[in-house]
Amino acid sequence: MPQVTLTVNDTKHTVEVEARTLLVETLREQLRLTGTHVGCDTSQCGACVVHMGGDSVKSCTILSVQCDGSDITTIEGLAAADGTLHPMQEAFREYHALQCGFCTPGMVMSAIDLVNKHPDGMSEKEIREGLEGNLCRCTGYHNIVKAIAAAQDVMQGRVPELVRAAAE
Amino acid sequence: MYDFAYHKPASVADAVKILASDPEARPISGGMTLLPALKLRLNKPTAVVDLSGIAELRGVKREGDKLVIGALTRHFEVATSAEVKAAIPALAAMANTIGDTQVRNRGTMGGSVANNDPSADYPAALLALGATIQTDKRTVPADEFFNGMFTTVLEVGELVTAIHIPIPEKAGYAKMRNPASRYSMAGVFVAKGAAGVRVAVNGAGANGVFREKAMEAALAANWSPDAVAAVKVDAGLMNGDIHGSAEYRAHLVTVMAKRAVVDAG
Ligand SMILES: Cc1cc2nc3c(=O)[nH]c(=O)nc-3n(C[C@H](O)[C@H](O)[C@H](O)COP(=O)(O)OP(=O)(O)OC[C@H]3O[C@@H](n4cnc5c(N)ncnc54)[C@H](O)[C@@H]3O)c2cc1C
Ligand code: FES
Ligand code: FES
Repeated sequence: MPQVTLTVNDTKHTVEVEARTLLVETLREQLRLTGTHVGCDTSQCGACVVHMGGDSVKSCTILSVQCDGSDITTIEGLAAADGTLHPMQEAFREYHALQCGFCTPGMVMSAIDLVNKHPDGMSEKEIREGLEGNLCRCTGYHNIVKAIAAAQDVMQGRVPELVRAAAE
Repeated sequence: MYDFAYHKPASVADAVKILASDPEARPISGGMTLLPALKLRLNKPTAVVDLSGIAELRGVKREGDKLVIGALTRHFEVATSAEVKAAIPALAAMANTIGDTQVRNRGTMGGSVANNDPSADYPAALLALGATIQTDKRTVPADEFFNGMFTTVLEVGELVTAIHIPIPEKAGYAKMRNPASRYSMAGVFVAKGAAGVRVAVNGAGANGVFREKAMEAALAANWSPDAVAAVKVDAGLMNGDIHGSAEYRAHLVTVMAKRAVVDAG
């Protein structure tokens, strides 16, 4: 069987896979990183999004063998060792950007890639367009968009700390 | 998904050799079309030949009055390339509407061209821009390359290696997206350049991407949205399905053509 070496959240793993094994299967079933979800069979929902070499990708639509030698970051790799959340995770919590939470790991991973690729910040419209590949059945997206808008200001140094959500 | 053997050659020559030795082997570039098809067991290749390690298939360069885009160039790279944005802004803008962020991070121009999905974006652009598709064996004008729905002149085991695109004087694109799948229901790419005015339509035709010659003549005489508005598209040549009737698509083609001309300026 093919052997692949993946650096996942800064830890190197060498695993045996079948050629047809999907990256998400290696992550969930072999490395037991079950924060990455599978929500569809058609490459459309984005619940499975992880970063590969810094780009957001759908881990249900990549073979593990295609990832040999690459750097992968999953939702488990975002928080600091002491449990301090990544600013994007903190913003999702602050802005109530999740309900059931199923889409959330993929949303957070997509959102971080979007912020990284738009160093001058995104408009609300750009955020919404950027999330085209992430479906959420609960929230109606508004709070997700608000969370990303708030997180990008922290990540890009425009504000020293996360602006708190207004009490409604 | 059925299992298969996996190969990752480092050169076009090696890839072609593996594909020639096994007619049931399939190349994979971004995998954004092939893997969903394999997951649904629509396809059962004996081997998958990963092209992503072939450096000679990458990159965008300007050569005189044309752009040369390597087959492995990802949609994200086309959308953000300084060369493409400067030479053919409508092509960069189009690339930025393909699928979603993650599809654009993986999917490639070569894969899209080889697949020739009737609703795909690039085939319409390449047809309107009068591009030439280079393979490991030959160069084929877009007019001959695209050959009906999901069909091209590629032979089994033949690889798209690069796309040569003459830089137009102006070009524009507009599409109506299916609200669920987000694929084009009707998209029109218009271009004006050395080869005259060319108009190509995706998503709507009963036989895949096609040129709308009546609109070309109308725009050659008078480059304006009003000129295409007067052209009636024949519903008999359109595709009708649960997403829209042939008559609706014929109507959309005219509306999208007007918008594409406005987009081109
Ligand atoms: C959710 C989703 C939404 C999408 N939306 C759109 C959209 O709006 N518009 C659009 O145009 N596309 C869309 N796509 C398709 C996407 O653009 C694909 O990336 C593209 O069609 C195929 O490129 P690929 O590199 O992924 O090819 P692959 O999936 O790797 O290959 C596709 C086919 O081409 C063959 N092939 C690959 N490379 C070569 C080569 N160099 N030479 C010869 N044959 C080759 C393969 O064997 C396979 O048969 C979407 C896909 C998904 C999953
Ligand atoms: S699981 Fe739905 S896109 Fe990957
Ligand atoms: S929070 Fe339930 S799917 Fe998004």
